[in-house]
Amino acid sequence: MSEGNLREASVGKTPAAPARHLGPAGYLVCMSGIVGRELLRFVQQKERFLSALVRPLVWLFIFAAGFRSTLGVSIIPPYETYVLYEVYVTPGLAVMIQLFNGMQSSLSMVYDREVGSMRVLLTSPFPRWYLLFSKLVAGVSVSLAQVYVFLAIARLWEVDIPPMGYLTALPAFILTGLMLGAIGLVISSLIRQLENFASVMNFVIFPMFFASSALYPLWRIRDASETLYIVCLLNPFTHAVELVRNALYGAFEPQAFAVVLGTTIVFFALAVVAYDPGRGIMGRRGGPKGEAA
Amino acid sequence: MSDAAQGPAHVPALAIEAVSHAFGARRALDGVSLTVPAGCFVALLGPNGAGKTTLFSLATRLYATREGRVRIFGHDLSRAPSAALAELGVVFQSRTLDLDLSVRQNLAYHGALHGMAGREVKARIAELLALVGLADRVDDKVRTLSGGQSRRVEIARALIHRPRLLLLDEATVGLDLPSRSAIVEIVRRLVAEEGLAVLWATHIFDEVRADDLIYVLDKGRIIAHGTAREVTGAHLRPAEERAPDGPTAALEAAFRAMTAARAEDAA
Repeated sequence: MSEGNLREASVGKTPAAPARHLGPAGYLVCMSGIVGRELLRFVQQKERFLSALVRPLVWLFIFAAGFRSTLGVSIIPPYETYVLYEVYVTPGLAVMIQLFNGMQSSLSMVYDREVGSMRVLLTSPFPRWYLLFSKLVAGVSVSLAQVYVFLAIARLWEVDIPPMGYLTALPAFILTGLMLGAIGLVISSLIRQLENFASVMNFVIFPMFFASSALYPLWRIRDASETLYIVCLLNPFTHAVELVRNALYGAFEPQAFAVVLGTTIVFFALAVVAYDPGRGIMGRRGGPKGEAA
Repeated sequence: MSDAAQGPAHVPALAIEAVSHAFGARRALDGVSLTVPAGCFVALLGPNGAGKTTLFSLATRLYATREGRVRIFGHDLSRAPSAALAELGVVFQSRTLDLDLSVRQNLAYHGALHGMAGREVKARIAELLALVGLADRVDDKVRTLSGGQSRRVEIARALIHRPRLLLLDEATVGLDLPSRSAIVEIVRRLVAEEGLAVLWATHIFDEVRADDLIYVLDKGRIIAHGTAREVTGAHLRPAEERAPDGPTAALEAAFRAMTAARAEDAA
């Protein structure tokens, strides 16, 4: 059949191309839509909010209280005097919330891919890197809400942070949230099935958290093992914790900032490649999941 | 001059040209070419596993086109993805609504993904829900909708940014007959009244009319195209075409004859 014949059959009128919304304002609308959806989902998942809070509070109320007498913390920057162990672990626990949240976002990316809603996101006309960045911002927004509620509760538990510290720590929390979210994005691109996500807990979250300065100062770790000390230094989570710890007391730690920023850029670039239809995982792994090919 | 610059009368809504795709060693599509003229309903017929969803994934840029070319209203999907995707609405085979959000929230989210917000998106939501007959369910959670209602919401969602081309991948699978009929009617009305171009992938023959353009996809290759009447006539003897079960049964018989012939050739 000729193309001429093709045009004759079943043809209605053709609408003119409507106005599109792909300018700067459209970009903002797109990001606010993605962030808004994530916040809506978060608000509706009350158990997710509670579990995100209970986890660090258990560490703070039980673990830290128990170890208060056995783990002495000498005067190390940014602290100007001896501090309670609870005070020492609080920044690490706050970043732990972001670590879990980053992995939770990654879990939701895998879920979205399985149920198909990822397709809706990726068929948006905005650039794919921007869509992924918006997803990151959405995850950070959720984690900030969790972190500040945790810090407010911790304040009732004798964890006194200078009032200005809550403000000066905000940029640090945003950056650490972006870093952990970017790591989560890369992980989500590597996971084929939701069932495989449990291994992320064992191979990513726990090693990152424990092999860091979240629970013990680096000098104490060095006393115990030089090798473990080097591992902790190489762990970006250590630098995220130190960036936040310093920021909470109005101090700036340039090395931690550089490592966190660099890690964010590297992992975000990897995520963009992984979700690129031409180079990444999509379209190579055995066809459309859950649908007839 | 690019196709996009030639004006709407000359530019097909969707032009797929010699597209091939493989998953590892498995070739899912092999040199597929297909045209959806602007304002036209085109059916893509094929059994499960024929490659329809892979073709949709390429046409929506979920997968990169490595061999061949996909153009949407003249915009090359690889070179100008934003312009191409802005013209496109998609209803995927799997359900892609957020069950825990309301109908309005789902549609508003999709509007935002296309840069639409405020009064404009609110008015568009009202307009589209009236079109699909779900205006009274706007604040209900999607979880509370039936399968057919969810599908209609997905169609409304796909149209929210006023695309000129709509792709539907097995949109009626798993639905009862009244729901299927309602969805087919809505889509056909959009073609007739709004001039929407539609590519309708299905393996259900009674969704196709005799004067519809059809492409038959089997094992990753287009094995026939033309109007349903022409395809039926080319592959059945006249007596079979006038079968008492009507044109749907004749089309199905023609389809079976085509795919059986290919299976014999392969053997």
